[in-house]
Amino acid sequence: MLRKLSVIAAVGLLTVGAAAPALAQHGALEPKDVHWSFEGPFGKFDQAQLQRGYKVYREVCSACHSLKLVSFRNLGDKGGPFYSEKYPNSNDNPYVKAIAKDYEVADIDSETGDAIKRPATAADRIPSPYANEAAARAGNGGALPPDMSLLAKAREGGPAHIYSIVTGYKDPPKGLKVGPGQHYNPYMAGDLSSYWSGSKEHVPPGGFIAMPPPLKDGLVSFDDGTKSTIDQQAKDVAAFLMWAAEPKLEERKQTGFAVLIYLLLLSGLLYASYKTVWRNESH
Amino acid sequence: MADTAVGATTEPEHGSDPSRRDFIHIAAIAAAAGGAASLVWPFIDQMNPSADTRALASTEFDLTKVAEGQQVTIKWRGKPLFVRNRTKAEIAKAVADDSAAMKDPEKDAARVKPGKAQWLIVGGNCTHLGCVPTFGGGEYGGWFCPCHGSVYDTSGRIRKGPAPKNLVVPEYAFLSDTKVKIG
Amino acid sequence: MSGHSTYQPKTGFERWLDARLPIIRLGYDSFVDYPTPRNLNYWWTFGGILSLCLASQLITGIILVMHYTPSAQGAFASVEHIMRDVNYGWLIRYMHANGASMFFIAVYIHMMRGLYYGSYKAPREVLWLLGCVIYLLMMATAFMGYVLPWGQMSFHGAVVITNLFGALPLVGESITTWLWGGFAVDNPTLNRFFSLHYLLPFMIAGVVILHVWALHVVGQNNPTGVEPKSKADTVPFTPYATVKDGFAMSVFLILFAFFVFYMPNALGHADNYIEANPLATPSHIVPEWYFLPFYAILRAVPDKLMGVLAMFGAIACLFALPWLDTSKVRSMRYRPTAKVYFLFFVVACCILGVCGAKLPDDPVIPHLTTFQVMGSDLNSFVWLSRAASLYYFAFFLVVLPVLGLVEKTLPVPDSIASPALSAEAHKG
Repeated sequence: MLRKLSVIAAVGLLTVGAAAPALAQHGALEPKDVHWSFEGPFGKFDQAQLQRGYKVYREVCSACHSLKLVSFRNLGDKGGPFYSEKYPNSNDNPYVKAIAKDYEVADIDSETGDAIKRPATAADRIPSPYANEAAARAGNGGALPPDMSLLAKAREGGPAHIYSIVTGYKDPPKGLKVGPGQHYNPYMAGDLSSYWSGSKEHVPPGGFIAMPPPLKDGLVSFDDGTKSTIDQQAKDVAAFLMWAAEPKLEERKQTGFAVLIYLLLLSGLLYASYKTVWRNESH
Repeated sequence: MADTAVGATTEPEHGSDPSRRDFIHIAAIAAAAGGAASLVWPFIDQMNPSADTRALASTEFDLTKVAEGQQVTIKWRGKPLFVRNRTKAEIAKAVADDSAAMKDPEKDAARVKPGKAQWLIVGGNCTHLGCVPTFGGGEYGGWFCPCHGSVYDTSGRIRKGPAPKNLVVPEYAFLSDTKVKIG
Repeated sequence: MSGHSTYQPKTGFERWLDARLPIIRLGYDSFVDYPTPRNLNYWWTFGGILSLCLASQLITGIILVMHYTPSAQGAFASVEHIMRDVNYGWLIRYMHANGASMFFIAVYIHMMRGLYYGSYKAPREVLWLLGCVIYLLMMATAFMGYVLPWGQMSFHGAVVITNLFGALPLVGESITTWLWGGFAVDNPTLNRFFSLHYLLPFMIAGVVILHVWALHVVGQNNPTGVEPKSKADTVPFTPYATVKDGFAMSVFLILFAFFVFYMPNALGHADNYIEANPLATPSHIVPEWYFLPFYAILRAVPDKLMGVLAMFGAIACLFALPWLDTSKVRSMRYRPTAKVYFLFFVVACCILGVCGAKLPDDPVIPHLTTFQVMGSDLNSFVWLSRAASLYYFAFFLVVLPVLGLVEKTLPVPDSIASPALSAEAHKG
């Protein structure tokens, strides 16, 4: 039985292993290997990192990228960047309230029916920088800056992909024709063979991206004294976006651990019970 | 195997220690039942208000919108809430009735914030079966419920009809003279 | 349901109920006293595991519907609402999404077990056919369920699959328009898929009842393929099979929980976290893993109509199986040649699965160029999938019918009880 099972497990693993590379982005470099605090079965978000990441998003990304599925109150939720034990209800969290107040959201005056702007509250979603897709495209030379709420789950490689993109810009190799408003990035998915004048075997990896390199050393000043390098900013914002995409990650992993321990115990008990029931029966 | 109905998990005629064997079965069944029971909680709790609904549970309201003798109905937690700017006469009438016989005796002063007697904020659902009473009906100058004829006075207290309780005063606080936070 | 009932009502209420609705008797005869072959191995626990999967999908699905909005405007946002705001919504949705994969893992093992031990042979043909119907319903349900989050893969998967029907001559175009309720996959399509996705699981549950009924009429097959002859060959279902099934379910749940809590998106596609956009198709569109073998067969055939027919033919082979296999010996345990062909069949299915995930023209062995046949290099996944598809059909249409007539089988034991003992001794 055990021998059979191991053969089956091996066949299964081989199948999965063989099928998996197909899912990697075609033609792009594999994302850089980054160590994240939220990796592994006990992974947790690093709150200081999330706060820095939020600042990078607020001061850099949010000029073009929306975060429309995230509400201000989420920033103060358990596991979030501004969570505090003093404010279990994130709506009362002063950081969250202060952040929300800086934004204006569209509303309708309940008396006059006029369209008005009012300061955002903790319950509001984070407003988008553009009113709609057409406006976003018009403001960015025809390219649409993707919404960032789920970005870390919507790309193969997740946060490592985001980190690799923003830190991975390279001067285009000689022989690569880069169009106006385009930038070469070896971590971007794409196929450059039709823009490449060199030999067919050596098409450069990656693709074009409309976003210019967004980060600069010292662009964002971190309140906790962390040195503001491009690398640091990229890591922090990628971690923040992972939180934005999967805010229940900590809860999920913690619950999972308890569930697995329980199931192992239950399996052990059931096995003992099974052995006891069958002890006098040959089979 | 014995020839008929072997439903039980124990067979005392076989050797070893029967009580230990029973314990294993009982422990396994108990563990399985315990696991199933704890899985039920998420399935029940998901029907409770979700985080976005809970976030809207408190609301702020600007009182300058309500003139004296007027009432504004706002929606709070999906239900109507009457914000009434009472006239002197209404207040006087409510206070005068403080010691009258009532189903749910309550002083008018207990139903408003100190020094803000003109502002009466009450839930807009009849305490009988939840219909929305209209103002100005009934003989007590307050609200009248069209569904089953409950009559409330100018303090929102039940005076007549089937409703058992006064109109509910929600938890609220004055943020300033003209602004209240409800909830 | 088979043989006489040994149920004896104990209390007055049981006697009263038994005279009016003998439901306790039914449960007792089916799941307590039911004689089970004593030599069933762990492959036989997947029936129980599958009922657990169905129950889990039904419960989590009904819960998700309480929070989901079936409209092109609201679907994607409502799924994220479930993930972010609904209490334990993330758990319930991940259970449902990964539960589908678990369901298919279990059903594929269950089918392969039936195939290996000849569980489709007389008198179990109807049992097998009902199983095939369940499998078809499962595929339809899973496909329509995958459309509901209205992500990029949902949308374009729906486009690709519904366009398959366009391959039918004459009526193809009208059928796709009818399926869509418009000129493209859109809100009406989503709404009808939602309705059917809710309906089909209950139809599955109905056919499962028939499947279990049929099982209790003909009795379980067993690894020897020899029908139980005496009491010595069987044990009562409870506690013997229940405790074994319970243990297997618990182990299966460990796998399930591992996916739900530690890699909940590993079996999905990143693109499905992008809201559906009819104007741009993801660069690499593949179905969920459980459809990959059929997808590979579809793409292996260069002609659209023939490809669709091949894909449906692959499923039709399963339905015809009881009449394709000519062997008098039921279990492949005593068919050494068939065993080898079966092993290759499993490998072919796995290869088809891998091919379905790859781009057809990518080389199987990297950096190797051989020669072009029909516009593709021989060292490409499209040719590998052609070879594997050919074997898939040959196994059903050539190997099983012919082998049964010519193969030399091993001696089959007289009864379950005797070889079970000797096999145990000889295994050590």
